[in-house]
Amino acid sequence: MVNQLGNYSLYIALLISIFIIIKTSLSFRNSYNVLSGNIFSLISVQSLMVIISFLTLIYAFVTSDFSNETVYNNSHTTKPLFYKISGTWGNHEGSLLLWLLVLTIFLFLFTIDSKNLSQRYRTLTLFFQEIIIFGFLLFILFTSNPFANMFPIPTEGTGLNPILQDPALAIHPPILYLGYVGTSIIFSSALGAIISGSINKSWASHIKRWVLISWVFLSIGILLGSIWAYYELGWGGFWFWDPVENVSLMPWLCLTALLHTVFTLEKRGTFQSWAIILSITTFSLSMSGTFLVRSGILNSIHTFANDPSRGVFILCFLFVLIFISIFIYFFYQKTITVGSNKTFLISKETAVLINNLFMMFFLSVVLIGTVYPIFLEVINNEKISIGPPFYHKLIIPFLIPFLFFMAIGPNIKWIKDKMVKINLKDIFIFIISIVISYIFVNKFGVSYLLSLPLFIFSLFLFFVTIRDFFGKNINISQKISHFGFSLLILSILLNGVLAKEHSSNMRVGDEIKFLDKIIQFQNIEVIKKQNYQTLIGKFNIVDKNNSLSLKPEIRIYDQPETITSEADISSTIFTDNFLVFNLIKNDGFYNVRYQIKPFMIWIWISVLLISLGGILSLKKKNV
Amino acid sequence: MSKNIKLISIVLFTLFSFFILLKGLDKSNIYSPEIKENNVNFNFKAKYLFSEEEVFINELLNNEGVSLINIWASWCLPCRDEHAYLLNLKSLNKLSIIGINYKDDEKNAKQFLSELGNPYTNIITDPKGINSIEFGAFGVPETYLIDNKSKLIIQKFIGPLDDKSFAKIINLVQ
Amino acid sequence: MKILFRLLIILLFFQNYSLAETSQEVDKISKNLRCLICQGQSVYDSQSDFALSMKIVIQNKIDEGKNDEQIYEYLKAKYGEWIVYDPEVNKNTILLWVLPLILFVFGGILIIRKVSIK
Repeated sequence: MVNQLGNYSLYIALLISIFIIIKTSLSFRNSYNVLSGNIFSLISVQSLMVIISFLTLIYAFVTSDFSNETVYNNSHTTKPLFYKISGTWGNHEGSLLLWLLVLTIFLFLFTIDSKNLSQRYRTLTLFFQEIIIFGFLLFILFTSNPFANMFPIPTEGTGLNPILQDPALAIHPPILYLGYVGTSIIFSSALGAIISGSINKSWASHIKRWVLISWVFLSIGILLGSIWAYYELGWGGFWFWDPVENVSLMPWLCLTALLHTVFTLEKRGTFQSWAIILSITTFSLSMSGTFLVRSGILNSIHTFANDPSRGVFILCFLFVLIFISIFIYFFYQKTITVGSNKTFLISKETAVLINNLFMMFFLSVVLIGTVYPIFLEVINNEKISIGPPFYHKLIIPFLIPFLFFMAIGPNIKWIKDKMVKINLKDIFIFIISIVISYIFVNKFGVSYLLSLPLFIFSLFLFFVTIRDFFGKNINISQKISHFGFSLLILSILLNGVLAKEHSSNMRVGDEIKFLDKIIQFQNIEVIKKQNYQTLIGKFNIVDKNNSLSLKPEIRIYDQPETITSEADISSTIFTDNFLVFNLIKNDGFYNVRYQIKPFMIWIWISVLLISLGGILSLKKKNV
Repeated sequence: MSKNIKLISIVLFTLFSFFILLKGLDKSNIYSPEIKENNVNFNFKAKYLFSEEEVFINELLNNEGVSLINIWASWCLPCRDEHAYLLNLKSLNKLSIIGINYKDDEKNAKQFLSELGNPYTNIITDPKGINSIEFGAFGVPETYLIDNKSKLIIQKFIGPLDDKSFAKIINLVQ
Repeated sequence: MKILFRLLIILLFFQNYSLAETSQEVDKISKNLRCLICQGQSVYDSQSDFALSMKIVIQNKIDEGKNDEQIYEYLKAKYGEWIVYDPEVNKNTILLWVLPLILFVFGGILIIRKVSIK
């Protein structure tokens, strides 16, 4: 009964969507004067309908209403309440409803936020956003309806994949989607702005906030996913270049480029076309990501339920949107009034272009690496795997000049700067970086070819970003984000180079020597929890001065029957001790993997700093 | 003019990507192995099941006709399903069937065979699963049709045998 | 419960096989191999039968004196290019490696044309 409420709300939202699309397209002939009337209330009702249907689904999950097929397939009565709720978006249907929710809420907020902008621009943006909403409503209602009925009503559900029963992963999708789907409004707004010929400084300062919001949420969303992978997948890594991770990184790279471009557009009124192209590309990448993940075309750790007909629908819809944007871009390009502002070689504008060039390069590496196997298989029937070595080989050499430009770029002035500005301080910092890196690389016997220059330039950027805090430039948000980025690169590097690991098979009572430590496997305790049994291993890591006790778990979930390994991690500001154990088919033996992961916590902190910069930038209206 | 060329090339490229992805949807993600290099080095030793003797796989292959190599284990459920096909093939008396007992316990293996019948001419063991990797196996069950003379794999069957693969084997043996 | 029971059976009735510590070299190589029966895991990360056997095979090949390259080649001959995470440069993958570089150069040229020196 309640179930049907959600279903009907979606149909009402669909009708509203059709009505708004017709109404707005009729208004194109005359004054675009629709927003003044009741369209705004319709948008509000539409958002409300989607919110209602979303709440209905949550309600169905919380009450374990197995007459709902989605609930039946993804929930179970013994599941803790928290995971019943998060189960709502932990599946295909529910996550699409979340997509829709973000689409409509962003439209609603946008309509309020853009009150003092031109009617024409607002109407056009509304039009394009409604087309996206319409497409997703069709998709949800006709290929993946979250309110499908089950009859006869089962008494018990099949459960949520235990690997998803985790606090970080429970909040990861909503946060990620706010960023990921939030880019839709940038897309619609860019198309609206190019048709209405209003791509100028004021558009930039308006859309900048939306770019920042998406960017901040996307950054934090990726961070959460990464933290989850670190301790739940149990391999001690935080980034695997897995296709599903890549599809969240791609819009981020594009959005970062867009962010810099929009800042420039706001200040200097240049790069209009480029800003439009980036806005269109960002959302296209989000859509492509959804396609790649949801259609099951990729082979990934995180493969969700696949259904080819869904894939075909998203694919067609994605390309319809791409074609619409391509044609609009080409036909309305002439409305872009090219400013008289020249871009000089030594200027912040050029620095932004260089930033964009590198961002686009990294993006192309990730994009090509992700989709190339699909293309090759279709064209040549050859199957290849593209993994970390490929990305490292292409990205690391380019990271070095990128770090250098990032160190000097922010200190160059807008419009035109002097060539000879390299001061003694910079050279001094650079020399210090070389010396430290050289000593470091020698001491730890790091043997990778590029590690020395990589260390030098990341240290250089690190020192420069610290020094910049004391500089004249008042843009504190930029300083924090850039400092965060330098910290990120440095921590990843140190983490990668200094990490140590040891894997072996142990029995209870065994001891193993590793470096200057002894790993003791003391005992195993079996405990029954709400919806799983757990084997808790007690390990001691003993070195000269102290001993550390770690208790990783092997969980045996009953619904559905699955075994997961929960790592135990002890974090300090210098290093993480990571221990995980697994069942193997061997008498009383367990595979024990112990890892020392230095500076792990700084990777998380640095991403938070990057996002913090974005949040601070949101707060001030005109900088 | 150049603007039109740009537009057309972008549109064509987009269409191209569209059709590739559309076709890509039909492809399954499950790896269907095309035999890359079908010669296997049969020159390795393995222990017979139910005896301590060792043998070179080479010696088990006759000099003419075809042999069937079947990787199986008593703990593998699909192996039970395909067992009837193997017994059927044995009754044809056209080819020798060599079993590779994969990561199994001898006692269980014995029980399995006495319960369901023994279709194998010879059975060798693979306690670590490394002999199976020599054949390019992914797991159990898998079956290979081998030309005895050239020592080449004619056909691979991943997963349990079924009516289709059975017919194919009959066809190839004739 | 059923699964626990099955596990117990497996744990109790399985004969021991090699418990040799896998070496650093095996770790290095197995990180670059896809566990073909898993979803997007490397052989190193996986505890599946396939991956465990694969690690033993790699160890054996190292003991036979084979180098990394030979081991990759050996496995590629058995399982195809799909098993390695680091695709070699050949006619199939040339675009994969070169396309991003071409785009970078192309973008660089666009910037140079856009920027006025004076």
